[in-house]
Amino acid sequence: MLSRRNPQLNAHGELIHLLSIEGLPKAVLTQILDTAGTFLSVNDRDVKKVPLLRGKSVFNLFFENSTRTRTTFEIAAKRLSADVINLDIARSSTAKGESLLDTIANLSAMHADMFIVRHAESGAPYLIAQHVAPHVRVVNAGDGRHAHPTQGLLDMYTIRHFKRDFTQLSVAIVGDIAHSRVARSDIHALTTLGVPDIRAVGPKTLVPDDLSAMGVRVCHTMAEGIKDADVIIMLRLQNERMSGAMLPSAGEFFKSYGLTAQKLALAKPDAIVMHPGPINRGVEIDSSVADGEHSVILPQVTFGIAVRMAVMSTIAGNAA
Amino acid sequence: MLKLDAQALYAEMKEGVRHLLRADSVLVGIWSGGAWLAERLHQDLGLSGRHGVISSTLHRDDFGSRGLAGRDATDLPFDINGKHIVLIDDVLYTGRTIRAVVNELFDFGRPASVVLAVLVDRGGRELPVAAAYSAARIALPASQRLSLARTDDGALSFAVRDLANPDSR
Repeated sequence: MLSRRNPQLNAHGELIHLLSIEGLPKAVLTQILDTAGTFLSVNDRDVKKVPLLRGKSVFNLFFENSTRTRTTFEIAAKRLSADVINLDIARSSTAKGESLLDTIANLSAMHADMFIVRHAESGAPYLIAQHVAPHVRVVNAGDGRHAHPTQGLLDMYTIRHFKRDFTQLSVAIVGDIAHSRVARSDIHALTTLGVPDIRAVGPKTLVPDDLSAMGVRVCHTMAEGIKDADVIIMLRLQNERMSGAMLPSAGEFFKSYGLTAQKLALAKPDAIVMHPGPINRGVEIDSSVADGEHSVILPQVTFGIAVRMAVMSTIAGNAA
Repeated sequence: MLKLDAQALYAEMKEGVRHLLRADSVLVGIWSGGAWLAERLHQDLGLSGRHGVISSTLHRDDFGSRGLAGRDATDLPFDINGKHIVLIDDVLYTGRTIRAVVNELFDFGRPASVVLAVLVDRGGRELPVAAAYSAARIALPASQRLSLARTDDGALSFAVRDLANPDSR
């Protein structure tokens, strides 16, 4: 980055934008997870809404489609009492040739207080964060292959919820690691939180050996990759990978790397199975596992709303 | 120099709170000093069930400048509908915390009544808030911050800090 300081932090080291987990101190991650715990309990109240973002406008800017992530951000912002504006940006201004920064300037003139950005280009949220007014906040909701920090944080919340302590865990991430922003965010978060054993599992085309530079153990077989694992994070196999030369077929992939009850038996007896969704049954995960007792895929979705509330309220509450 | 004996004031407060109790009363301590007091009062007054803890964080009017504090969280282990709530706090000052806490309380239901008991009322109100009981009333300059501290063995004492100190946030 051009600036000397991490652009996500203010001069006091407090979070003002969430762009990537990479480079964030452990204390910042832990504070978000703690805060998310508070917001989870808001669901138990008669009034399931708190006024922290009352009077603020949150703009969902999804240059790339994602119904689920956009919806959970929308729910999170509404539970914080913000006004939420969803822009179908892919089909409007950009299609008419407006540049990214012109779009942002126009929306800022409509008094946006926070942008939730998903973009196919890595780094787009950074560019936006560098050009908005000081009071405006930016959250990266997934940029290219680079990062998906709120997914990484909700995965950490899920792991902490079920496993309590990060420092004794073996975590296996299975699938298309090379193209996955979720995997990158998870790996940075797991490393920062002190997980000693992180494994990247998949075929050579999707899990290149140089991934070990990120501090993970590269495994090309499930037998090695999920043996005695406490946590298994399955990634969605994107259909476009199948059309290229990356993989022979979905059936072949499932045979080698799909998570079945038989393969899951290699992990610890109390292992949890996670997935960022949407799941492809019979491609990366067997139905019996997705719906089985080890699966925490649906709790992840619930935790995701609380984590996004924590992120939005934390950055809104810190001065630039 | 200001001298406040927190332990002696607590003994007085215990009797004051005893007089506020009704059949359906529950104690709810305001995080953090008030929560310690409510925990002790609940025990020393021989009340049944559990006491509640309430945080002002989610309803604060200075959230934009102050942000989220951290681990404080509301915990009300009972249905508040129809209850007579006795809010407990260490220091009553501007009344803004009480305003936020009452809003927080009503997110959980409709209590029959809410009263406030504090260890020290230091004046300086900025909102129409009054305590039904206070063990002491003192005047402090606005530059000073008074708060309750608790040692590991549970002993209570008052700490006065200067707001010029950046750690006072």
